[in-house]
Amino acid sequence: MTSDILKQPAASTSIFQRLLCWEGFLLAVTLAVFVVNAFASPYFLDIWNLSDATFNFTEKAIIVLPMAMLIIAREIDLSVASTIALSSTIMGLSAAAGVDTPMLVIIGLGVGLLCGLLNGILVTRFNLSSIVITIGTMSLYRGIAYILLGDQALNSYPESFAWFGQGYVWGALSFEFALFILLSAVFVFLLHKTNFGRRTYAIGNNPTAAWFSGINVKRHNLALFALVGLMAGLASVLLTSRLGSTRPTIAMGWELAVVTMVVLGGVNILGGSGSMVGVIIAAFLMGLVTFGLSLLNVPGIVMSIIVGAMLIVVISLPIITRRIMKRRHA
Amino acid sequence: MWQKLLKHREALLGLVILLMILSIGSRVPSFIASDNLVGIFNDTSILIILALGQMMVLLTKGIDLSMAANLALSGMIVALINFHYPDVPVWLLLILATGLGLIMGAINGLLVWKLGIPAIVVTLGTMSIYRGIIFLLSGGSWVNSNQMGADFLGLPRTLILGLPVLSWCAIAVLLLVSYFLSYSRTGRAFYTAGGNATAAYYTGINAGKMQFVSFCLSGMLAGFCGYLWISRFAVAYVDVANGFELQVVAACVIGGISTMGGSGRVLGCLFGALFLGVINNALPVIGVSPFWQMAISGTVIVIAVLLNERGNKRKGRLILRDAALARQKMAVKS
Repeated sequence: MTSDILKQPAASTSIFQRLLCWEGFLLAVTLAVFVVNAFASPYFLDIWNLSDATFNFTEKAIIVLPMAMLIIAREIDLSVASTIALSSTIMGLSAAAGVDTPMLVIIGLGVGLLCGLLNGILVTRFNLSSIVITIGTMSLYRGIAYILLGDQALNSYPESFAWFGQGYVWGALSFEFALFILLSAVFVFLLHKTNFGRRTYAIGNNPTAAWFSGINVKRHNLALFALVGLMAGLASVLLTSRLGSTRPTIAMGWELAVVTMVVLGGVNILGGSGSMVGVIIAAFLMGLVTFGLSLLNVPGIVMSIIVGAMLIVVISLPIITRRIMKRRHA
Repeated sequence: MWQKLLKHREALLGLVILLMILSIGSRVPSFIASDNLVGIFNDTSILIILALGQMMVLLTKGIDLSMAANLALSGMIVALINFHYPDVPVWLLLILATGLGLIMGAINGLLVWKLGIPAIVVTLGTMSIYRGIIFLLSGGSWVNSNQMGADFLGLPRTLILGLPVLSWCAIAVLLLVSYFLSYSRTGRAFYTAGGNATAAYYTGINAGKMQFVSFCLSGMLAGFCGYLWISRFAVAYVDVANGFELQVVAACVIGGISTMGGSGRVLGCLFGALFLGVINNALPVIGVSPFWQMAISGTVIVIAVLLNERGNKRKGRLILRDAALARQKMAVKS
């Protein structure tokens, strides 16, 4: 651990420039994928098709936004997919009991928030490693969903509830996508223009120094965990509304996709650096890649090979290039 | 008092397991019949072997989430070979599965050691890659028991001195790992590398290389279990052992193996696995739906981590501060 901290001053000088390059690179790749898709399939450029394409990544992307901040602050939450499952299950049970739409949304968000708070309290109050705790809560939350549902499915949602995942705000602009755009703007502002955002970077670079400079590190991280939970709850509302049914296996494996998007966006998995713009572009990139592959009839499990490989390649690329650059300098 | 108990956590855990078995036995006497107990141990054997592999990775401050996918892939490959070339002897398949596991572990290890990518990221990635490759190889179809040879299926079930070979495998791996970690130079180096990387560096131990070796070993054991699993459950498909990596990590955490590296004992690992094994076997007996299993293991992980990391919180002391500072200055200059 000490050696990591000691090495950082040397590396941080060029991190900002590298990130700028990284975002440019991401944008170029995204545009390239867009063009390739447009040529590969004649249906791709249809406005309604593009609108459909946004559906398969907006829910994940909404969790990616706060997750990026959490990872920048040196923590991680692997329980987000299970949080979605639990929140969706409770919404489903409430709907079956006759609860109406506005209350359902509040319940969904509330369950997410509670799950996030529990993670945060366990990690910050007891100084525990967030990876292990959230691996534990990952099976706890989904486990509760299994206890409540067994092998059943819930699908007695009120009709008005479907609007969140299936409704359109204006023309082909879906409510989900509009919400994602709005939240993106909010999170860019939050991370890059507020004290809260600056503190996140300070904690990620050196929690001890951040503490000595008067930042309440624990409370800050607790807030971040709660935020991730809340957004997972929101994603659960959107996903449940879009699918119109809940099974305990809902959103299985999403934590991998979410972490991949964050890392792809240029956030250092060890914390301390990264930008919201990069993460947002990465979310679009992943969405376009998976949509393009599905237009080409590539099965889901093969896509998971590609996602896994992307995760590793994207992290190792900067490490390898840095090493080559160093060799050239020496 | 509490502190003292925590120090003897293996004894405590053993006691808890014993109490659990006895209290269930008092309600359902057949639960403590000797052949049922042997059955529980046999059921838990694969978990024990995998947990021992995971333990070695955890000791060096890594984590291997790809173990279950590794197991499934090596298992699927040997099952396919057995299906298409029934003449290949089983011992060769066993070696092949272990070798395949070793290769997959080495890939994880190389990425962690040579590129310095955090183990959790590497193994999250390789987990879905290995799992996806199974689909590519099998085309999504199953290899069923009637497509496997009698030898292939029979080996883990063969009784030696009243115990199935599967249980003997677990005992053998337990003894080997125990010897390796206590008496071999590399085994001791695992503890040093995970406990204090700086100290390890000054004593000439390459912490990264130790991580690599531990990943190779955990991969080997996962591959070995790949054959055992497929032959025991007599079916191979894409989702074999899906999510089992969490059970394995849970067994280690319950057994007191620190996820921060450098501390934990083989006996704890064994008891951690047995604890889960007893719960899994007891749930249907006492009439609890198996859907509870996931939530229970999640709760147990959280509680175990809470107890552990509080129990062995020791302050590290940087005795070679000047040397570290000098290195930092060098790093800033260059």
